[in-house]
Amino acid sequence: MQKTARFVVTFVVLALMITACGGDGVDDGPDGTTVDGGETDGGAAACALDQVDGDLNFYNWSDYMDPELITAFEEQYDVDIVEDFFESNEAMLAQLQAGASYDVIVPSDYMIGIMIQESLLTSINTDAVPNMANLGERFTTLPYDPGNVYSAPYQYGTTGLGVNKSIVGEDFPRSWALIFDPELTATYPSGASVLNDSRETMGAALKYLGYSLNDTDLGHLQEAADVISAALGGIATFDSDQYEESLANGEVPVAHGYSGNMITAIGDAANPDDFEYILPEEGATLWIDNMVVPVSAENPCTAFTFINYLLDAENGAALTNFNYYGSPNAAALALVDPEVVEFYAATEEAENLEVIQDTGEYEINFTDYLALAKG
Amino acid sequence: MDRVLALNAWVLYVFFYAPILVLIFFSFNDNNNVAIWTEASFRWYGEMFQNDNVTSSLRNSLVVAFFSTIVSTVIGTLLAISLERYRFRGRGALDGLAYLPIIIPDVTMAVMLLIFFFQAFGIIDNLFGVRLNTGLLTITLAHIAFSISFVAVVVRARLAQLDDSLEEAAADLYAGRWQTFRKVTLPLIAPGVAGGALLALTLSLDDVVVTSFVSGSGATTLPVYVFGLVRRGVTPLINAVSTVMLVASMVLVGISLGFQRGAEARGQKLADPEALKLEMAID
Repeated sequence: MQKTARFVVTFVVLALMITACGGDGVDDGPDGTTVDGGETDGGAAACALDQVDGDLNFYNWSDYMDPELITAFEEQYDVDIVEDFFESNEAMLAQLQAGASYDVIVPSDYMIGIMIQESLLTSINTDAVPNMANLGERFTTLPYDPGNVYSAPYQYGTTGLGVNKSIVGEDFPRSWALIFDPELTATYPSGASVLNDSRETMGAALKYLGYSLNDTDLGHLQEAADVISAALGGIATFDSDQYEESLANGEVPVAHGYSGNMITAIGDAANPDDFEYILPEEGATLWIDNMVVPVSAENPCTAFTFINYLLDAENGAALTNFNYYGSPNAAALALVDPEVVEFYAATEEAENLEVIQDTGEYEINFTDYLALAKG
Repeated sequence: MDRVLALNAWVLYVFFYAPILVLIFFSFNDNNNVAIWTEASFRWYGEMFQNDNVTSSLRNSLVVAFFSTIVSTVIGTLLAISLERYRFRGRGALDGLAYLPIIIPDVTMAVMLLIFFFQAFGIIDNLFGVRLNTGLLTITLAHIAFSISFVAVVVRARLAQLDDSLEEAAADLYAGRWQTFRKVTLPLIAPGVAGGALLALTLSLDDVVVTSFVSGSGATTLPVYVFGLVRRGVTPLINAVSTVMLVASMVLVGISLGFQRGAEARGQKLADPEALKLEMAID
């Protein structure tokens, strides 16, 4: 046993030594300038407008940022941006909790609430980010961070229904009835496509019944499950991956899905005018990805300058014209492609959009009741 | 009976390879959507090589795979030999523990390594005042950590089949331990070592879960990048990237098979005591 212990200890020491030797190389790029500003405990770092204090480590979703915007920022401020990509909010959270350091991260809405609770975020210094004033009103009163103390919206999208008007007709109800009313779906030549996602699908049924999609009353959830099981005859598939293609192919008359996928699928379809993406009048899901600066950021001033840069009207429009998601930047809308503006016009007007919030322990019920409803 | 088995084999091949053929076919699709065929083009291959994020994550993946394969193959082979050939105190315990990484779920391993790295960074910071961060190095170390066991399993299987008498014969012929290892044992287990190395390489190139936890600044690997792309819908870009990786791995498998054949031929020669004696004499 002694030798085993010795082996383990040796291995650990060896591993540490290797890390120590190579570590410098890894840190070379981003660690050009180090500033103590990042060590503040949740308070905004003292940064002036357009101040930079080193290279920027940017942690984002894949293919979400226009590379030209990055190059332009690098030239304008004479710093380097190292962009890395994460594939889940949860893995990103674990990294940050363990002590990883990034300057700007783009987590989703519900994760912002968790990160604020865990004291992982530094508040945004509005002196350094005056372009926060460009945000549309809807995006300054978000439930997870009212007043945008810690987060600045990056892009948003919605969950609604894509409708093939050549099948359903021009005169259809703008309602979740399109997928949940058995009498209506019986008139389609084939069933509808519904998301296979516990929060989205149960949320749609809750909205159809007039409840909040964050409702935590089991009785209401049971009613929602009943709506879905009654509608099963008119639902061809529960699908979260290929629905936009099925819609564009004409395989399904109505598809429940995310705006970002719908806009590209409809744009690429043989006859785009046949399709319309609607937000049901009972209300729908709104999601928002946000820029935040973690307390462990090494270059918070560059981070604020970068956020301010992206919230600029022209740059905000360039971002939306690149990734085709909705822009929370009201000042940018005049410069956005008309196609995208038109697509998201319904969102601008819709009153009853809701952000999915973390319900903690209750979360499992959504999964259970959806499984129950599907039979 | 033979016919049934042959049919079964064919059905299995279709089952394995039909999805891959579909993947390759649609990588030449000009449309933005994977499943809607418009016309054949190399558009996505062009986009792939122009996309800096794809090329840099591909480079990261290759660097990590290269180093983690070499290190884990060496350590894994040594582990297999020590467990199979030598008796020492604590061997039983080590024997059991050696395969733990194969059983532990990826996510557990990922969180474990993540915490370990940052604890170690904290200690180093305290001792030397050097502030380290996660990056390509931590990813490489993590891949080494989970690949060792797999290499050890494969090499050990080969070692177990090996006849002890060959090594004894070498000793009888006054070969030292190192000489025996280099001239007799290593050539005989080479196919196992190559197989283990190939497995380590594939594991490293494929890994998403562990990598996404222990990655750091400037260290996104290709599978992590591709997995993130799916959030924005599947485009033929992913098919093009996968096709290139597939072709690359098949080339590697081909090289390794050729190497194994060569090693087997040499192994047969070694099994002949006269040839063995000859080799020793030359040395």
